[in-house]
Amino acid sequence: MDLKLLNLQREYEWVIPKAGAMIVPGKIFASQDLVEEMDHKVYEQVTNVACLPGIQRFSMAMPDAHWGYGFPIGGVAAFDPQDGGVVSVGGVGFDVNCGVRTLKTGLTWGDVQTKLKNLIDTLFAIVPAGMGSRGKISLSGSQIEDVLTKGSQWVVSHGYGTREDLEHTEDNGRVSGADPSAVSQLALKRERRQVGTLGSGNHYLEIQRVDQVYDAGVAEKFGLAVDDVAVTIHCGSRALGHQVGTDSLKLLAEASRKYGIPIRERELVCAPIDSPEGRKYFSAVNCAINYAFANRQVITHLVRLGFEKVLPKADIRMLYDIGHNTCKIEDHQINGQTKELYVHRKGATRAFGPSRTNLPPDYQEVGQPVIVGGTMGTPSYILVGTDYGEQVAFASVCHGAGRRMSRKKAKKTWRGERLIQELEARGIYVRGHSAAGLAEEAPGAYKDVTSVIDAIHQAGLASKVVRLEPKGCIKG
Amino acid sequence: MDRVSGSYDYFEHQADMGILGCGATLAEAFAQGARAMFDLMVELDRVQPLQRVAIECQGNDQAELFVEWLNRLLAEADIRRMAFSRFQVNRLTESHLQGLAWGESLDVGRHRPKTEVKAATYAMLFVGQEREQYVARCVVDL
Repeated sequence: MDLKLLNLQREYEWVIPKAGAMIVPGKIFASQDLVEEMDHKVYEQVTNVACLPGIQRFSMAMPDAHWGYGFPIGGVAAFDPQDGGVVSVGGVGFDVNCGVRTLKTGLTWGDVQTKLKNLIDTLFAIVPAGMGSRGKISLSGSQIEDVLTKGSQWVVSHGYGTREDLEHTEDNGRVSGADPSAVSQLALKRERRQVGTLGSGNHYLEIQRVDQVYDAGVAEKFGLAVDDVAVTIHCGSRALGHQVGTDSLKLLAEASRKYGIPIRERELVCAPIDSPEGRKYFSAVNCAINYAFANRQVITHLVRLGFEKVLPKADIRMLYDIGHNTCKIEDHQINGQTKELYVHRKGATRAFGPSRTNLPPDYQEVGQPVIVGGTMGTPSYILVGTDYGEQVAFASVCHGAGRRMSRKKAKKTWRGERLIQELEARGIYVRGHSAAGLAEEAPGAYKDVTSVIDAIHQAGLASKVVRLEPKGCIKG
Repeated sequence: MDRVSGSYDYFEHQADMGILGCGATLAEAFAQGARAMFDLMVELDRVQPLQRVAIECQGNDQAELFVEWLNRLLAEADIRRMAFSRFQVNRLTESHLQGLAWGESLDVGRHRPKTEVKAATYAMLFVGQEREQYVARCVVDL
């Protein structure tokens, strides 16, 4: 991206000045290097989002931003229903509530090291993953509705987890305003036995070791110390969620025409929040959000079963579960006034600071844990939300490293089998369901996650707490 | 089985993948676009065209129809747990499409699944004539 297009407002905050049809300016949180590396398309997409009705303060991009669908991936925008605000498929994505969940194991690397391969092989056999995989739970029609309206809470009440798991899930694993009648029959049909499946693409299940602690006080609150072993699960709402996205494209394309909303990129189709189409879309999104929470909760149960077989002394507890493809109703301060806004985070993570009152009691003092995934060869990070991030970024941060290289190029550059050998030589044991899929996800195809995290930390949107190095990984 | 005419290819997208179908008619371009998409998911030449599935969809214009055609195919393959390898569009107006897909039950050992496609999207969507041939292209979310 051309730096001349931007004004440096303060370190790590670049402003795209308001021009033309933009209702608000754009803002990119990143270091100079990361901005220079960003595709010009990110600039265009941030600008296009800034033209949507009812947008508040800024159209934002996080340091991992890359070219997406309508919104950039790593894009954040908040809309006020009182001000004609909209909801947009582009701002949520097709994999609704794709997200990450980190589990603490109560074990140290010394406990796991010699059993790692056995553990990964066991989990590989227990956790369904890859294209066409089916889970062990077959839901009836009314049970699907229960999952859509109650999310993790329903699966926990049926034995797939604990109350503590729910307390440590964003929105306690259940968002309200989820009416299953907003979800198409086709989406419901596609659910068939997919709850508790990982999927494919960039989704994974990883065994990690805490190798660095940056903030000992917060790490202690989170129950993390050097050498601790954690498990991180990255997946979303499966075919049901994808179908919700697909159905909504058509619904919102029609709504955009009906309400005469100027659309600068087809993928930005949207509807006023306060319209039948907007309400239907938001309700369907809430159903898919709940489904994704339930999906990660059932996988958590399977992880517990796997550890029981290989390392029975493990005590698997939730650190946190957070989505990064969402639209949420949240209170934010606009010009000294509290407003209820619809915050879209497309490839971006909520990061509530300590001043929020609805955090789990054990995190209330320090702020919400933020999980940022790396790749199978590079570290992940746990950060903590800040009050500054609340003020300037609607409490949002990045979601990962962000791609540097297209999947097409990655497939030409790497071979899955070779990659597995290379990672094994570095002490990382990888099992995948597809060699081609692995090549697309090669660590070299992503930006350096460390520079993305440093930009977030330096910008003050969240603070680094610990770093997790990958030790074993299951890819779909 | 008659030979399928036209061709397909891919184009770069930073996060996902662009698919492109070409043919002497728009119907051929749509069929080739579907081949491009399923070739991302399975080893296409290992999928026998044993079972036929009819697809019908509506759209506001032909570009929307292309995305709808691809998304219907994804949904049908998923619901039936099938892989498709052969496609034909029999009727294509400005707002209506009738087509067929042939394939068989997904066999993980034989079809060597690659990556799930989550959805066909409106990103980089184009349907029309380019240099003496018809093309249909869009980005698919992986």
